[in-house]
Amino acid sequence: MSGFDKVVTSYEEALDGLEDNMTIIAGGFGLCGIPENLIKEIKRKGTKGLTIASNNAGVDGKGLGLLLEDKQIKKMIASYVGENALFEAQMMSGELEVELTPQGTLAEKMRAGGAGIPAFYTATGYGTPVGEGKEVREFNGRHYILEEALSGDFAIAKAWKADRYGNLMFRKTARNFNPMAITAGKISVVEVEEIVEVGQLDPDEIHLPGIYVNRLIQGTFEKTIEQRTVRKA
Amino acid sequence: MALTREQLAQRVAQEFQDGYYVNLGIGIPTLAANYIPDDMQVMLQSENGLLGMGPFPLDEEVDADLVNAGKQTVTMVKGASLFCSAQSFAMIRGGHVDLTVLGAFEVDCQGNIASYMIPGKLIKGMGGAMDLVAGADNIIVTMTHASKSGQSKLLSQCTLPLTGKNCIKRVLTDLALMDIEGGKFILRERAPGVSVDEIINLTSGDLRVPDYVPEMSV
Repeated sequence: MSGFDKVVTSYEEALDGLEDNMTIIAGGFGLCGIPENLIKEIKRKGTKGLTIASNNAGVDGKGLGLLLEDKQIKKMIASYVGENALFEAQMMSGELEVELTPQGTLAEKMRAGGAGIPAFYTATGYGTPVGEGKEVREFNGRHYILEEALSGDFAIAKAWKADRYGNLMFRKTARNFNPMAITAGKISVVEVEEIVEVGQLDPDEIHLPGIYVNRLIQGTFEKTIEQRTVRKA
Repeated sequence: MALTREQLAQRVAQEFQDGYYVNLGIGIPTLAANYIPDDMQVMLQSENGLLGMGPFPLDEEVDADLVNAGKQTVTMVKGASLFCSAQSFAMIRGGHVDLTVLGAFEVDCQGNIASYMIPGKLIKGMGGAMDLVAGADNIIVTMTHASKSGQSKLLSQCTLPLTGKNCIKRVLTDLALMDIEGGKFILRERAPGVSVDEIINLTSGDLRVPDYVPEMSV
């Protein structure tokens, strides 16, 4: 009996059931707080035809950029896809479909997807290419467009610390899209730096309750820095 | 003389008020953080989930889990807080951020802004810019007044795909500070040594010039 114990011990098990043409919601901002080992496992599995919703698409050879190498991604839903030559090449050649989504709208689409809200109105994107073809409604004299929620067959995310029940804590700006992504997956898989015993986390300090987490795995992380900027002492 | 990047940043900083929460875009807006007066408290919002962003870290302080919206390593000030992207854009969209400063390719006298996409060129995405312009009441756009070939970027109608519609009320260029009201640019200040005629010549959209246009103090 495993009860609420969400811990799995291999990445293979963590992504068991992931099949071609599925939709994945992924956490991370740039390379900060990305589920880097889960992405590597998807590369190893060779799953193809994926639709992935993630703020960014990694960089060449890192993060989701790895999945471009074997053309595993069919469609990318993201707010910013710069700094990735392979992405650019596949987008230009039409091999990769891209749905550019404003960052806040993307976050809210994931949040709504996890919260049972099918769509919401937002002023973001009204009168721009993002608003084209979308329902417009006026509230208090202002125009809003209807944006639909996003959910996935899988969510992949990274947190800092968890207990075995999948109660999660994030660290600094590595939190970003991870909490919403986790809520929006039918099967949500989270990798963390440390798993502690149940009872060791203060319930008041848990950022996301384990109810949203299906599988939990402890990993080691490269944590590549995209732009190392420092000041002199 | 046209303002330098540093002078633009200095002029932006004159818009700060004590107790302001401010979101600064990548580039010149970010430089404005260097000119926050010592006797003023301003808290910087970074849309990837940080309120209270500090300067770049010392070499030994670098933390891969602490970056700004440009993915640069940063630090936190005392009193900072951390949150998820949904919360971050709730504060942006909900109008809780007091001032937003960002760059643009074009602005027109209807308050439209184009800043994320040049058709035919590489499309990188809008990031958080569409949410920022839609959510903030108090926005300053910083940009050069004209392209290198002398084409005005202050137009009667934007030619590029829009980032936001009817949302910009203040533009700071290397030549002038302008407000947008009633479908017109209104010249408020000029860069030191720049003539009103020069600004008129390089402004393609409707421009109203008050009788007195002071020089900026930068």
